[in-house]
Amino acid sequence: MTTTPVSLIDELIAGDQRALALAISAIEDRKPGYRELVGRLHHETTDAHVIGVTGSPGSGKSTLVNRLAEFYRSRDETVGIIAIDPSSPFTGGAVLGDRIRMSAAVGDDGIFVRSMSARGSLGGLSTATADAVKAMDAAGKDRIIIETVGAGQNEIDVVKTADSVLVLVPPQSGDAVQMLKAGILEIADIFVVNKADLDGADRTVKELLDLIEHDPIDQEANGWSTSIVETVATDGTGVDDLGSTIDTHSAYLETSNQGIERDRKRYAEEVNTIVREELAILLEREIDRQGGIDELAEAIRIRETDPYTVAESLVDPLRVSLGDDVD
Amino acid sequence: MGADASQRTIRCLVAKVGLDGHDRGAHVIARAFRDAGFEVVYSGLHRAPEEIVEAAIQEDVDVLGISILSGAHNTLVPEVIKGLEEYEAMDDIVVVVGGVIPDDDAEYLKEQGVAEVFGPGTSIQSTIEFIRESVPER
Repeated sequence: MTTTPVSLIDELIAGDQRALALAISAIEDRKPGYRELVGRLHHETTDAHVIGVTGSPGSGKSTLVNRLAEFYRSRDETVGIIAIDPSSPFTGGAVLGDRIRMSAAVGDDGIFVRSMSARGSLGGLSTATADAVKAMDAAGKDRIIIETVGAGQNEIDVVKTADSVLVLVPPQSGDAVQMLKAGILEIADIFVVNKADLDGADRTVKELLDLIEHDPIDQEANGWSTSIVETVATDGTGVDDLGSTIDTHSAYLETSNQGIERDRKRYAEEVNTIVREELAILLEREIDRQGGIDELAEAIRIRETDPYTVAESLVDPLRVSLGDDVD
Repeated sequence: MGADASQRTIRCLVAKVGLDGHDRGAHVIARAFRDAGFEVVYSGLHRAPEEIVEAAIQEDVDVLGISILSGAHNTLVPEVIKGLEEYEAMDDIVVVVGGVIPDDDAEYLKEQGVAEVFGPGTSIQSTIEFIRESVPER
Protein backbone atom coordinates (compact mmCIF):
# COMPACT_ATOMS: atom_id res chain seq x y z
CA MET A 1 0.00 0.00 0.00
CA THR A 2 1.48 3.34 -0.96
CA THR A 3 -0.84 5.84 0.67
CA THR A 4 0.73 8.78 2.46
CA PRO A 5 0.35 8.62 6.23
CA VAL A 6 -1.67 11.82 6.44
CA SER A 7 -4.40 10.35 4.22
CA LEU A 8 -5.28 8.05 7.13
CA ILE A 9 -6.36 10.88 9.35
CA ASP A 10 -10.10 11.03 8.63
CA GLU A 11 -10.64 7.32 9.07
CA LEU A 12 -8.45 7.34 12.16
CA ILE A 13 -10.51 10.07 13.79
CA ALA A 14 -13.67 8.20 12.84
CA GLY A 15 -12.32 5.32 14.94
CA ASP A 16 -11.25 2.93 12.19
CA GLN A 17 -8.99 0.29 13.75
CA ARG A 18 -6.92 -0.38 10.68
CA ALA A 19 -6.30 3.31 10.02
CA LEU A 20 -5.04 3.67 13.59
CA ALA A 21 -2.82 0.61 13.20
CA LEU A 22 -1.37 1.87 9.92
CA ALA A 23 -0.79 5.31 11.41
CA ILE A 24 1.17 3.84 14.32
CA SER A 25 3.27 1.82 11.86
CA ALA A 26 4.04 4.96 9.88
CA ILE A 27 5.11 6.60 13.13
CA GLU A 28 7.27 3.65 14.19
CA ASP A 29 8.87 3.25 10.77
CA ARG A 30 9.39 7.01 10.38
CA LYS A 31 7.69 6.67 7.05
CA PRO A 32 7.94 9.69 4.75
CA GLY A 33 5.11 11.99 5.68
CA TYR A 34 4.72 10.83 9.28
CA ARG A 35 5.65 14.27 10.58
CA GLU A 36 2.74 15.87 8.79
CA LEU A 37 0.45 13.16 10.15
CA VAL A 38 1.54 13.63 13.76
CA GLY A 39 1.37 17.39 13.36
CA ARG A 40 -2.24 17.14 12.26
CA LEU A 41 -3.05 14.55 14.92
CA HIS A 42 -1.91 16.86 17.68
CA HIS A 43 -4.76 19.22 16.89
CA GLU A 44 -7.26 16.38 17.14
CA THR A 45 -6.16 15.24 20.57
CA THR A 46 -8.18 15.97 23.65
CA ASP A 47 -5.66 15.27 26.40
CA ALA A 48 -6.73 11.72 27.07
CA HIS A 49 -5.55 10.48 30.45
CA VAL A 50 -2.24 8.67 29.98
CA ILE A 51 -1.24 6.04 32.53
CA GLY A 52 2.32 4.73 32.60
CA VAL A 53 2.91 1.30 34.10
CA THR A 54 6.37 0.03 34.84
CA GLY A 55 8.03 -2.58 37.00
CA SER A 56 10.54 -5.36 36.85
CA PRO A 57 10.01 -8.33 34.51
CA GLY A 58 7.50 -10.72 36.02
CA SER A 59 5.96 -8.18 38.38
CA GLY A 60 2.60 -8.64 36.66
CA LYS A 61 2.39 -5.54 34.48
CA SER A 62 0.53 -7.07 31.57
CA THR A 63 -1.93 -8.89 33.78
CA LEU A 64 -2.63 -5.73 35.75
CA VAL A 65 -2.97 -3.64 32.60
CA ASN A 66 -5.48 -6.17 31.35
CA ARG A 67 -7.47 -5.76 34.59
CA LEU A 68 -7.32 -1.99 34.40
CA ALA A 69 -8.58 -2.14 30.84
CA GLU A 70 -11.52 -4.26 32.03
CA PHE A 71 -12.17 -1.76 34.81
CA TYR A 72 -12.36 1.15 32.38
CA ARG A 73 -14.44 -0.80 29.89
CA SER A 74 -16.95 -1.53 32.64
CA ARG A 75 -17.32 2.26 32.94
CA ASP A 76 -17.78 2.45 29.19
CA GLU A 77 -14.48 4.21 28.63
CA THR A 78 -12.34 3.24 25.68
CA VAL A 79 -8.76 2.15 26.21
CA GLY A 80 -5.60 2.22 24.15
CA ILE A 81 -2.66 0.15 25.30
CA ILE A 82 0.93 0.53 24.16
CA ALA A 83 3.04 -2.38 25.35
CA ILE A 84 6.77 -1.86 24.99
CA ASP A 85 9.25 -4.71 25.12
CA PRO A 86 12.99 -4.54 24.74
CA SER A 87 14.58 -5.44 21.45
CA SER A 88 17.82 -7.28 20.99
CA PRO A 89 20.81 -4.98 20.66
CA PHE A 90 22.36 -7.53 18.31
CA THR A 91 19.67 -8.28 15.76
CA GLY A 92 17.08 -5.60 16.51
CA GLY A 93 14.54 -8.40 16.79
CA ALA A 94 12.07 -8.65 19.62
CA VAL A 95 9.46 -10.96 21.03
CA LEU A 96 6.52 -8.88 22.10
CA GLY A 97 4.67 -11.10 24.48
CA ASP A 98 2.32 -8.89 26.43
CA ARG A 99 -0.62 -9.63 24.24
CA ILE A 100 -0.79 -13.13 25.66
CA ARG A 101 -2.04 -11.81 28.97
CA MET A 102 -4.51 -9.36 27.55
CA SER A 103 -7.74 -11.20 27.18
CA ALA A 104 -9.96 -8.23 27.95
CA ALA A 105 -9.21 -6.88 24.50
CA VAL A 106 -10.82 -9.81 22.79
CA GLY A 107 -13.80 -9.05 20.63
CA ASP A 108 -14.09 -5.53 22.00
CA ASP A 109 -13.22 -2.71 19.68
CA GLY A 110 -13.18 -0.37 22.69
CA ILE A 111 -9.71 -1.68 23.45
CA PHE A 112 -6.80 -1.27 21.08
CA VAL A 113 -3.55 -3.01 21.95
CA ARG A 114 -0.33 -2.24 20.18
CA SER A 115 3.04 -3.84 20.95
CA MET A 116 6.14 -1.82 20.28
CA SER A 117 9.77 -2.69 20.58
CA ALA A 118 12.43 -0.41 21.92
CA ARG A 119 14.01 -0.09 18.50
CA GLY A 120 16.04 2.84 17.38
CA SER A 121 18.11 5.05 19.59
CA LEU A 122 18.58 8.64 20.66
CA GLY A 123 15.20 9.16 22.16
CA GLY A 124 13.57 7.33 19.28
CA LEU A 125 11.42 5.30 21.61
CA SER A 126 10.03 8.15 23.63
CA THR A 127 9.24 10.14 20.49
CA ALA A 128 7.56 7.18 18.82
CA THR A 129 5.59 6.46 21.98
CA ALA A 130 4.49 10.06 22.40
CA ASP A 131 3.40 10.11 18.75
CA ALA A 132 1.53 6.81 19.11
CA VAL A 133 -0.23 8.23 22.19
CA LYS A 134 -1.38 11.16 20.06
CA ALA A 135 -2.73 8.77 17.44
CA MET A 136 -4.71 6.83 20.04
CA ASP A 137 -5.94 10.03 21.64
CA ALA A 138 -7.09 11.40 18.28
CA ALA A 139 -8.81 8.08 17.60
CA GLY A 140 -10.95 8.80 20.65
CA LYS A 141 -9.45 6.58 23.33
CA ASP A 142 -10.36 7.89 26.79
CA ARG A 143 -7.51 6.19 28.64
CA ILE A 144 -4.15 5.32 27.22
CA ILE A 145 -1.94 2.91 29.09
CA ILE A 146 1.77 2.67 28.34
CA GLU A 147 3.34 -0.46 29.70
CA THR A 148 7.08 -0.96 29.82
CA VAL A 149 9.73 -2.90 31.65
CA GLY A 150 11.46 -0.56 34.06
CA ALA A 151 14.83 -1.69 32.86
CA GLY A 152 16.67 1.27 31.50
CA GLN A 153 16.72 4.99 31.13
CA ASN A 154 14.98 4.71 27.77
CA GLU A 155 11.99 3.02 29.32
CA ILE A 156 11.88 5.34 32.29
CA ASP A 157 11.90 8.30 29.90
CA VAL A 158 8.85 6.79 28.27
CA VAL A 159 6.69 6.28 31.33
CA LYS A 160 7.61 9.48 33.03
CA THR A 161 5.82 11.36 30.28
CA ALA A 162 2.53 9.80 31.42
CA ASP A 163 -0.01 11.74 33.47
CA SER A 164 -0.13 9.09 36.18
CA VAL A 165 2.80 6.77 36.70
CA LEU A 166 2.28 3.38 38.34
CA VAL A 167 5.32 1.47 39.56
CA LEU A 168 4.74 -2.20 40.32
CA VAL A 169 6.60 -3.66 43.24
CA PRO A 170 6.01 -7.34 43.89
CA PRO A 171 6.59 -8.60 47.43
CA GLN A 172 10.09 -9.70 48.34
CA SER A 173 11.54 -7.70 45.52
CA GLY A 174 14.51 -6.98 47.67
CA ASP A 175 15.90 -4.14 49.60
CA ALA A 176 13.97 -0.95 49.09
CA VAL A 177 17.27 0.80 48.65
CA GLN A 178 17.62 -0.97 45.33
CA MET A 179 14.69 1.02 44.07
CA LEU A 180 16.13 4.28 45.20
CA LYS A 181 19.14 3.45 43.13
CA ALA A 182 17.07 2.96 40.06
CA GLY A 183 15.63 6.42 40.54
CA ILE A 184 12.14 5.04 40.44
CA LEU A 185 10.69 6.71 43.51
CA GLU A 186 10.90 10.06 41.77
CA ILE A 187 8.70 9.00 38.89
CA ALA A 188 6.06 7.00 40.80
CA ASP A 189 2.70 8.59 41.53
CA ILE A 190 1.30 5.30 42.75
CA PHE A 191 3.13 2.22 43.99
CA VAL A 192 1.27 -0.98 43.24
CA VAL A 193 2.24 -3.91 45.43
CA ASN A 194 1.01 -6.58 43.07
CA LYS A 195 0.86 -10.26 44.01
CA ALA A 196 -0.24 -8.98 47.42
CA ASP A 197 -1.40 -12.48 48.35
CA LEU A 198 2.20 -13.60 48.58
CA ASP A 199 4.19 -13.68 51.80
CA GLY A 200 6.09 -10.52 52.46
CA ALA A 201 3.55 -8.13 50.93
CA ASP A 202 3.06 -6.34 54.25
CA ARG A 203 6.76 -5.86 54.59
CA THR A 204 7.06 -4.46 51.11
CA VAL A 205 4.26 -2.00 51.87
CA LYS A 206 6.06 -0.95 55.05
CA GLU A 207 9.32 -0.47 53.20
CA LEU A 208 7.61 1.67 50.60
CA LEU A 209 5.89 3.76 53.28
CA ASP A 210 9.25 4.26 54.87
CA LEU A 211 10.71 5.31 51.56
CA ILE A 212 7.96 7.84 50.94
CA GLU A 213 8.25 9.22 54.44
CA HIS A 214 11.95 9.81 54.04
CA ASP A 215 11.67 11.29 50.59
CA PRO A 216 13.81 14.43 50.62
CA ILE A 217 11.16 16.15 48.54
CA ASP A 218 8.28 17.26 50.72
CA GLN A 219 5.52 15.39 48.96
CA GLU A 220 2.65 16.74 51.07
CA ALA A 221 3.62 20.27 50.16
CA ASN A 222 3.25 19.39 46.51
CA GLY A 223 -0.29 18.24 47.11
CA TRP A 224 0.25 14.62 46.20
CA SER A 225 1.93 12.00 48.26
CA THR A 226 2.84 8.78 46.47
CA SER A 227 0.03 6.30 47.15
CA ILE A 228 0.39 2.60 47.76
CA VAL A 229 -2.22 0.14 46.51
CA GLU A 230 -2.18 -3.61 46.99
CA THR A 231 -3.48 -5.77 44.16
CA VAL A 232 -3.69 -9.36 43.05
CA ALA A 233 -3.96 -8.90 39.33
CA THR A 234 -4.59 -12.56 38.58
CA ASP A 235 -7.95 -12.55 40.42
CA GLY A 236 -8.69 -8.84 40.25
CA THR A 237 -8.39 -8.08 43.97
CA GLY A 238 -7.65 -4.42 44.59
CA VAL A 239 -8.16 -3.35 41.00
CA ASP A 240 -11.18 -1.18 41.87
CA ASP A 241 -9.08 0.43 44.59
CA LEU A 242 -6.34 1.09 42.13
CA GLY A 243 -8.82 2.52 39.65
CA SER A 244 -10.16 4.99 42.19
CA THR A 245 -6.65 5.94 43.32
CA ILE A 246 -5.83 6.71 39.69
CA ASP A 247 -9.03 8.79 39.52
CA THR A 248 -7.93 10.70 42.60
CA HIS A 249 -4.57 11.36 41.05
CA SER A 250 -6.13 12.46 37.82
CA ALA A 251 -8.44 14.82 39.72
CA TYR A 252 -5.44 16.19 41.60
CA LEU A 253 -3.72 16.91 38.30
CA GLU A 254 -6.76 18.79 37.11
CA THR A 255 -7.41 20.85 40.20
CA SER A 256 -3.81 21.72 40.91
CA ASN A 257 -1.73 23.25 38.18
CA GLN A 258 0.30 20.04 38.09
CA GLY A 259 -1.56 18.68 35.09
CA ILE A 260 -0.78 21.71 32.98
CA GLU A 261 2.74 21.76 34.35
CA ARG A 262 3.26 18.15 33.30
CA ASP A 263 1.82 18.76 29.86
CA ARG A 264 4.18 21.68 29.35
CA LYS A 265 7.14 19.68 30.54
CA ARG A 266 6.20 16.84 28.24
CA TYR A 267 5.88 19.06 25.19
CA ALA A 268 9.15 20.80 25.99
CA GLU A 269 10.79 17.41 26.22
CA GLU A 270 9.20 16.35 22.94
CA VAL A 271 10.48 19.41 21.11
CA ASN A 272 13.97 18.93 22.55
CA THR A 273 14.05 15.29 21.53
CA ILE A 274 12.74 15.94 18.03
CA VAL A 275 15.26 18.74 17.49
CA ARG A 276 18.09 16.51 18.67
CA GLU A 277 16.97 13.71 16.38
CA GLU A 278 16.64 15.96 13.35
CA LEU A 279 19.99 17.60 14.00
CA ALA A 280 21.66 14.25 14.40
CA ILE A 281 20.30 13.16 11.03
CA LEU A 282 21.39 16.40 9.34
CA LEU A 283 24.87 16.16 10.80
CA GLU A 284 25.19 12.50 9.91
CA ARG A 285 24.66 13.45 6.29
CA GLU A 286 27.19 16.26 6.56
CA ILE A 287 29.70 13.78 7.98
CA ASP A 288 29.08 11.55 4.98
CA ARG A 289 29.67 14.48 2.65
CA GLN A 290 32.97 15.17 4.38
CA GLY A 291 34.15 11.65 3.65
CA GLY A 292 32.47 9.63 6.35
CA ILE A 293 33.11 9.18 10.06
CA ASP A 294 35.83 6.57 9.52
CA GLU A 295 37.92 8.91 7.42
CA LEU A 296 37.52 11.72 9.94
CA ALA A 297 38.49 9.38 12.77
CA GLU A 298 41.59 8.29 10.88
CA ALA A 299 42.58 11.91 10.28
CA ILE A 300 42.35 12.46 14.02
CA ARG A 301 44.34 9.31 14.73
CA ILE A 302 47.27 10.40 12.57
CA ARG A 303 47.21 13.83 14.25
CA GLU A 304 46.17 15.63 11.11
CA THR A 305 43.38 17.22 13.10
CA ASP A 306 41.60 16.88 16.45
CA PRO A 307 38.04 16.02 17.53
CA TYR A 308 37.09 19.60 18.37
CA THR A 309 38.25 20.96 15.04
CA VAL A 310 36.33 18.27 13.20
CA ALA A 311 33.19 18.92 15.25
CA GLU A 312 33.57 22.64 14.75
CA SER A 313 33.81 22.27 10.97
CA LEU A 314 30.59 20.25 11.03
CA VAL A 315 28.63 22.58 13.26
CA ASP A 316 30.02 25.85 11.98
CA PRO A 317 27.70 26.19 8.94
CA LEU A 318 24.74 25.86 11.30
CA ARG A 319 26.11 28.47 13.63
CA VAL A 320 26.63 30.84 10.73
CA SER A 321 23.19 30.35 9.25
CA LEU A 322 21.57 30.86 12.64
CA GLY A 323 23.56 34.03 13.14
CA ASP A 324 24.82 32.66 16.43
CA ASP A 325 28.18 34.24 17.11
CA VAL A 326 28.39 33.44 20.81
CA ASP A 327 31.48 31.39 21.52
CA MET B 1 20.24 7.66 6.29
CA GLY B 2 18.14 10.54 5.05
CA ALA B 3 15.82 12.55 7.22
CA ASP B 4 12.94 10.65 5.76
CA ALA B 5 14.55 7.26 5.44
CA SER B 6 12.24 4.86 7.13
CA GLN B 7 13.37 2.29 9.66
CA ARG B 8 11.39 -0.64 8.49
CA THR B 9 11.34 -3.78 10.55
CA ILE B 10 9.39 -6.87 9.57
CA ARG B 11 6.59 -7.48 12.07
CA CYS B 12 5.11 -10.95 12.54
CA LEU B 13 2.28 -12.42 14.53
CA VAL B 14 2.93 -16.01 15.52
CA ALA B 15 -0.46 -17.41 16.35
CA LYS B 16 -1.91 -20.56 17.84
CA VAL B 17 -5.50 -21.03 16.88
CA GLY B 18 -8.17 -23.33 18.24
CA LEU B 19 -7.95 -26.21 20.66
CA ASP B 20 -4.32 -27.10 20.28
CA GLY B 21 -1.93 -27.02 23.18
CA HIS B 22 1.26 -27.76 21.29
CA ASP B 23 3.26 -24.57 21.25
CA ARG B 24 6.84 -25.77 21.22
CA GLY B 25 7.05 -25.19 17.48
CA ALA B 26 5.53 -21.72 17.79
CA HIS B 27 8.08 -20.82 20.47
CA VAL B 28 10.99 -22.04 18.38
CA ILE B 29 9.74 -20.09 15.37
CA ALA B 30 9.13 -16.95 17.45
CA ARG B 31 12.66 -17.07 18.73
CA ALA B 32 14.19 -17.75 15.34
CA PHE B 33 12.25 -14.84 13.86
CA ARG B 34 13.47 -12.59 16.62
CA ASP B 35 17.05 -13.65 15.95
CA ALA B 36 16.47 -12.86 12.28
CA GLY B 37 15.70 -9.30 13.37
CA PHE B 38 11.93 -9.47 13.12
CA GLU B 39 9.54 -8.10 15.70
CA VAL B 40 7.43 -10.98 16.82
CA VAL B 41 4.11 -10.77 18.57
CA TYR B 42 3.09 -14.09 20.07
CA SER B 43 -0.60 -14.72 20.53
CA GLY B 44 -0.51 -17.32 23.25
CA LEU B 45 -2.54 -20.52 23.15
CA HIS B 46 -6.15 -21.30 22.27
CA ARG B 47 -7.05 -18.23 20.28
CA ALA B 48 -10.23 -17.92 18.29
CA PRO B 49 -9.89 -16.92 14.63
CA GLU B 50 -11.42 -13.50 15.33
CA GLU B 51 -8.86 -12.86 18.08
CA ILE B 52 -6.07 -13.63 15.64
CA VAL B 53 -7.60 -11.27 13.08
CA GLU B 54 -7.96 -8.49 15.62
CA ALA B 55 -4.38 -8.89 16.81
CA ALA B 56 -3.02 -8.96 13.26
CA ILE B 57 -4.90 -5.77 12.38
CA GLN B 58 -4.06 -3.82 15.53
CA GLU B 59 -0.43 -4.84 15.46
CA ASP B 60 -0.31 -4.16 11.71
CA VAL B 61 1.90 -7.16 11.04
CA ASP B 62 3.50 -7.99 7.71
CA VAL B 63 3.40 -11.70 8.36
CA LEU B 64 0.87 -13.90 10.09
CA GLY B 65 2.26 -17.32 10.93
CA ILE B 66 -0.42 -19.72 12.08
CA SER B 67 0.81 -22.80 13.89
CA ILE B 68 -1.73 -25.55 13.92
CA LEU B 69 -1.37 -29.17 14.92
CA SER B 70 -4.95 -30.04 15.75
CA GLY B 71 -6.10 -31.03 12.28
CA ALA B 72 -8.70 -28.28 12.15
CA HIS B 73 -6.70 -26.17 9.71
CA ASN B 74 -9.21 -26.41 6.86
CA THR B 75 -11.85 -24.79 9.07
CA LEU B 76 -9.85 -22.31 11.13
CA VAL B 77 -7.38 -20.90 8.62
CA PRO B 78 -10.02 -19.83 6.07
CA GLU B 79 -11.92 -18.12 8.90
CA VAL B 80 -8.86 -16.06 9.73
CA ILE B 81 -8.37 -15.17 6.09
CA LYS B 82 -11.99 -14.15 5.75
CA GLY B 83 -11.58 -11.86 8.74
CA LEU B 84 -8.50 -10.23 7.26
CA GLU B 85 -10.34 -9.72 3.98
CA GLU B 86 -13.10 -7.91 5.83
CA TYR B 87 -10.46 -5.39 6.91
CA GLU B 88 -9.09 -5.33 3.34
CA ALA B 89 -5.77 -6.33 4.84
CA MET B 90 -4.91 -9.44 2.80
CA ASP B 91 -2.81 -7.42 0.33
CA ASP B 92 -0.54 -6.29 3.13
CA ILE B 93 -0.22 -9.49 5.14
CA VAL B 94 1.58 -12.67 4.13
CA VAL B 95 -0.18 -15.61 5.74
CA VAL B 96 1.87 -18.74 6.28
CA VAL B 97 0.86 -21.93 8.04
CA GLY B 98 3.07 -24.34 9.94
CA GLY B 99 2.14 -27.73 11.28
CA VAL B 100 1.16 -31.17 10.14
CA ILE B 101 -0.85 -30.45 7.02
CA PRO B 102 -1.55 -33.14 4.40
CA ASP B 103 -0.57 -32.19 0.83
CA ASP B 104 -4.15 -31.97 -0.42
CA ASP B 105 -5.06 -29.67 2.45
CA ALA B 106 -2.00 -27.53 1.78
CA GLU B 107 -3.21 -27.05 -1.78
CA TYR B 108 -6.65 -26.10 -0.50
CA LEU B 109 -5.21 -23.58 1.98
CA LYS B 110 -3.11 -21.98 -0.74
CA GLU B 111 -6.22 -21.58 -2.85
CA GLN B 112 -7.74 -19.76 0.10
CA GLY B 113 -4.88 -17.26 0.18
CA VAL B 114 -2.16 -18.88 2.30
CA ALA B 115 1.23 -17.98 0.80
CA GLU B 116 3.03 -21.11 1.95
CA VAL B 117 2.60 -24.14 4.15
CA PHE B 118 5.59 -25.36 6.12
CA GLY B 119 5.46 -28.97 7.20
CA PRO B 120 7.67 -31.01 9.51
CA GLY B 121 11.33 -30.91 8.54
CA THR B 122 11.25 -27.44 7.03
CA SER B 123 14.43 -25.59 7.88
CA ILE B 124 13.90 -22.42 9.84
CA GLN B 125 16.31 -20.60 7.55
CA SER B 126 14.21 -21.35 4.48
CA THR B 127 11.12 -20.09 6.29
CA ILE B 128 12.88 -16.85 7.16
CA GLU B 129 14.12 -16.42 3.60
CA PHE B 130 10.65 -17.05 2.23
CA ILE B 131 9.26 -14.34 4.49
CA ARG B 132 11.95 -11.83 3.59
CA GLU B 133 11.20 -12.35 -0.09
CA SER B 134 7.43 -12.35 0.24
CA VAL B 135 6.77 -9.39 2.50
CA PRO B 136 5.21 -6.73 0.29
CA GLU B 137 6.78 -3.33 -0.07
CA ARG B 138 4.73 -0.70 1.64
